[in-house]
Amino acid sequence: MNLLGEIREAIKGFYSLAVGMGVTGKYFFRPEVTVHYPRKTVDNVSTYSGHVELQPGKKNPDGADCIVCGTCVRNCPSGCLTLEVLELMEENPDLEKKPKKIKKLKALIYDYSYCSLCGQCIENCPVTALGFSQHVYWAEFDRKAIKMDLVARLKDQLNAKKEAM
Amino acid sequence: MSSLIQFISRLIPLELIHILIGLVAILAFIGVNGLVLVYVERKVAGFIQRRPGPFEVGPWGILQTLADAVKLMGKQLFSPSGGDRLLFWLAPMLAFAPLPLLFMTIPVGKNLVAFDANLGLILILAFSGLNVLALCFAGWGSYNKWSLLGAIRSVSQAVAYEIPMLLAVLAVTLTTGTLQLSAIVDAQGVWPWQWHFLTQPAGFIIYLICAFAETNRAPFDLPEAESELTAGFHTEYSGMGFGLFFLAEYSSMVVVSSVCTVLFLGGWKGPGPEILGFVWFFAKVYGLVLLMMWVRWTFPRVRFDQLLNISWRWLIPLSLFNLLYVAAVVKI
Repeated sequence: MNLLGEIREAIKGFYSLAVGMGVTGKYFFRPEVTVHYPRKTVDNVSTYSGHVELQPGKKNPDGADCIVCGTCVRNCPSGCLTLEVLELMEENPDLEKKPKKIKKLKALIYDYSYCSLCGQCIENCPVTALGFSQHVYWAEFDRKAIKMDLVARLKDQLNAKKEAM
Repeated sequence: MSSLIQFISRLIPLELIHILIGLVAILAFIGVNGLVLVYVERKVAGFIQRRPGPFEVGPWGILQTLADAVKLMGKQLFSPSGGDRLLFWLAPMLAFAPLPLLFMTIPVGKNLVAFDANLGLILILAFSGLNVLALCFAGWGSYNKWSLLGAIRSVSQAVAYEIPMLLAVLAVTLTTGTLQLSAIVDAQGVWPWQWHFLTQPAGFIIYLICAFAETNRAPFDLPEAESELTAGFHTEYSGMGFGLFFLAEYSSMVVVSSVCTVLFLGGWKGPGPEILGFVWFFAKVYGLVLLMMWVRWTFPRVRFDQLLNISWRWLIPLSLFNLLYVAAVVKI
């Protein structure tokens, strides 16, 4: 490159520096786009995929649609789900037949500390009783505190919704 | 009362009292200035990146740097094993010690100067060079490859940028015919078009670029490049060892801005009564400091060969031409 070309390059470089200063100078006076977290929170968390939780059921609005098949437990690669099943005898049984056993969901213990959020449990659930939560602002001091019963959590959520209504 | 002053002045020379008062004021200024500038820097960075900056300690976070200073003072001081303890602890002191001396010769207002040396400019340029020695000691004494690389970079950078800086300063002294800072201010008028940055625009820009490099500020912060050398020469320092380097960096920013103000921007002169000269002076100095912060949060760090190319291939020839231009046009 000859001398004139180099000088032209240098002048162009200086011009680009001025453009950069203009950009940051403009942003300096623009309002801030961050949120003061503990005092304010954002509300656009609809796309957030948090921990696994039981969804309120379509057939059973007071609880989950879970049929206690155990697919989620078998599919979990981290082994962080445990089913606790309540076995009941069918009411009003026909006297001729043997009474049927009904399996009901007692508790679904979920250890979030092992969960890798792979979503295998959600994808394989035959009745789509599981889903990702939008529980963004969650922090605990103890690892044991994030091991929870999803049935109890769903019940709390439904109760809270009822009280709000 | 007057007899008491006479008695004291016979015991201690008045000039010494003058210097002592100035020194105390300067040391107080250095501490407060460090606290304020660190806060301002973080706020500027925040606003440019469209976030609030420090916000939690005190209203708008103004006590944040005070809390940080207390934290730094409370920290344990470590010396790296295998390092040279003497050089290691000499370095932060050597970085900080010349600063009061640098501030002493700077005329803040009319007659408002701690020690009006007739070779003030030489004094400032000579003692600000000690900073390189401090960085060199820090890098060598740390027994750490990153620190040593930072020190090597700082030495070659300082050598490269001292030359165009001196040539730009020389052009100013050529027109004023003096090295006394107050006399250089007196050579310039009250209005902006009587200041040197209009008669010597090239010298002004060259001085500014060199000032960034001399104070190790971004985009020329290679001696402490975080992403390459963790923290460069001050990697191994904890607590106030690091604090003194930090204080020295922010104070030297003010020193180069003050010298730039004196040489090119009319010093304390400005329209209005002379007694308010210090207001003009500080307005100009902190305007330049804000410019340095603005530049830091705009431009990425240059590569090392680019850094040296800017100096050897552009700034030194340009400053030589500037010297010729000043000698030919301005003097005649």
